[in-house]
Amino acid sequence: MMSNLQSVLSSGRMAVTAEIGPPKSADAETVRKLARHLKGSADAFNLTDNQTAMVRLSSIASGVVCLQEGVEPIVQMTCRDRNRIAMQSDALGASALGIRNILCLSGDHQCFGNQKEAKNVYDVDSIGQLMLLRKMRDEGQVWGGDKLEKAPELFLGAAANPFADPFEHRVVRLAKKLAAGADFIQTQSIYDVDRFERWMSQVRARGLHEKVHIIAGVMPLKSHKVALYMKNKVSGMIVPDHIIDRMKNAADPKEEGIRMCVEQIKHLQSIEGVHGIHVMAVAWEEKVPVIVKEAGLLPRPVV
Amino acid sequence: MIIAEQKPIPRIVEMLEGHKSMLVVGCRSCVAICLAGGEKEVSILSEALRIESDLKGNGWQVDEVTLERACEKEWVGEMREKVSGHDAIISLACGVGAQVMQELYPDVRVLPGLDTSNMGAPEEQGIYLEKCGGCGDCVLHLTGGICPIARCSKSLLNGPCGGSQNGKCEIDPDVPCGWDQIYHSLERIGRLDLMEVPIPPKDWRRSRSGGPRKIVRKEAVLTPEEKSARGAR
Ligand code: SF4
Ligand code: SF4
Repeated sequence: MMSNLQSVLSSGRMAVTAEIGPPKSADAETVRKLARHLKGSADAFNLTDNQTAMVRLSSIASGVVCLQEGVEPIVQMTCRDRNRIAMQSDALGASALGIRNILCLSGDHQCFGNQKEAKNVYDVDSIGQLMLLRKMRDEGQVWGGDKLEKAPELFLGAAANPFADPFEHRVVRLAKKLAAGADFIQTQSIYDVDRFERWMSQVRARGLHEKVHIIAGVMPLKSHKVALYMKNKVSGMIVPDHIIDRMKNAADPKEEGIRMCVEQIKHLQSIEGVHGIHVMAVAWEEKVPVIVKEAGLLPRPVV
Repeated sequence: MIIAEQKPIPRIVEMLEGHKSMLVVGCRSCVAICLAGGEKEVSILSEALRIESDLKGNGWQVDEVTLERACEKEWVGEMREKVSGHDAIISLACGVGAQVMQELYPDVRVLPGLDTSNMGAPEEQGIYLEKCGGCGDCVLHLTGGICPIARCSKSLLNGPCGGSQNGKCEIDPDVPCGWDQIYHSLERIGRLDLMEVPIPPKDWRRSRSGGPRKIVRKEAVLTPEEKSARGAR
């Protein structure tokens, strides 16, 4: 069965995805409650994979909880913690459990998390990972050629960060991900819209927007401190000063953050080649429905 | 060359528990260049251990020697007389040298005085950078002469991750992004086209993942006759 996300994207409608951060616990209820609350506000939900290298409930397990609630998951899978054996096995497992969307990621370095002494894996990188999973899906073979009795049914995603350097290479990296098997792309949170537009024009110049679905990422800000933190401490993130000032001068920063996010979504939709919006309301997931509603993207299509 | 640094003296002292007579052994090759285990470091450590012994009344006998190259049996064999009578060797050679010493002197306990870190090069005096991860299947021709395995924090094969910014790696603003360097090197060489080619998953069998590696150069290996002829000489 085709994933709902794939159906929406191939119908030509603007897709909406949102992020759910699994808890630092064995408690499935946290995910279940969020899934219930968020149901209907997006076409599919990303379950992050031990984001920032913090040990959390596994993304596949969280994805299964979402499925139980009738909510479609996008399972994130990093190259940091798995070699190609675990990666392929997890993809088979995810598919067997009904998970269709997998987002292939390098993953944050373990130095950011609570297992700093860990040895990382990086047997393959995100592009290699796409190659592995696509081969399983399209050729019914594991890497190396052994046949699978049943191929996994997957819709493959990858990330793109137009704000990382070297800027001129970013569109090339996108092209490589596409060549390696990416069906859809979710971008890093966009605050520097000018730079995003420049990137998108490079994307269009290469015709890539017609070959892959680009889903533009947004993250609502809670305060100007968060904005400053992201600007100064998160490598590969650009937050222009006018955004920080706007948050700083706001009477109600949280409301302002939501308002700004909604404005961004409205603008991003108008850019040629943007096929969807990805809302990353980190530790603020409950705001997703209102953001999506105010951006005029509700109700979500039933396809 | 091999880059290493000396363990803190208290750690070395801890390892010496139960020993009375030790030989501090240095090496004039790589570890001398990176100021970790050459003649000078050998004498400084030996002196520190003598002072420690005097202060604590350990009654240690500390002797010292620095070899030409501690990773070759020929050189390590030359210190046989020096070793005799000692119950411990403190190696200020790299981990390779320490193992060769243990192999040649199986009855003496060899203790590592250095932490061996990587295969690298001096960047400037006193600063040493890792350069090669010994993957066994070199790709420098594709990456502008800069190693993605050793110089990217994630050993990525297909370009800078989303954490690369202003030439720095996401792990630390003081760490250059290896892939940013590769990009600019390829740009200077006029081969940015290489950045466009997806590199498939690497075959790691020739890396450490394939088990301890052994390289045999058949034409150089001695026949039993040649060996005995050499032995006789
Ligand atoms: S590619 Fe492999 S052999 Fe070449 S420098 Fe890097 S780690 Fe060493
Ligand atoms: S920032 Fe550069 S060096 Fe660091 S992990 Fe990413 S690509 Fe590798």
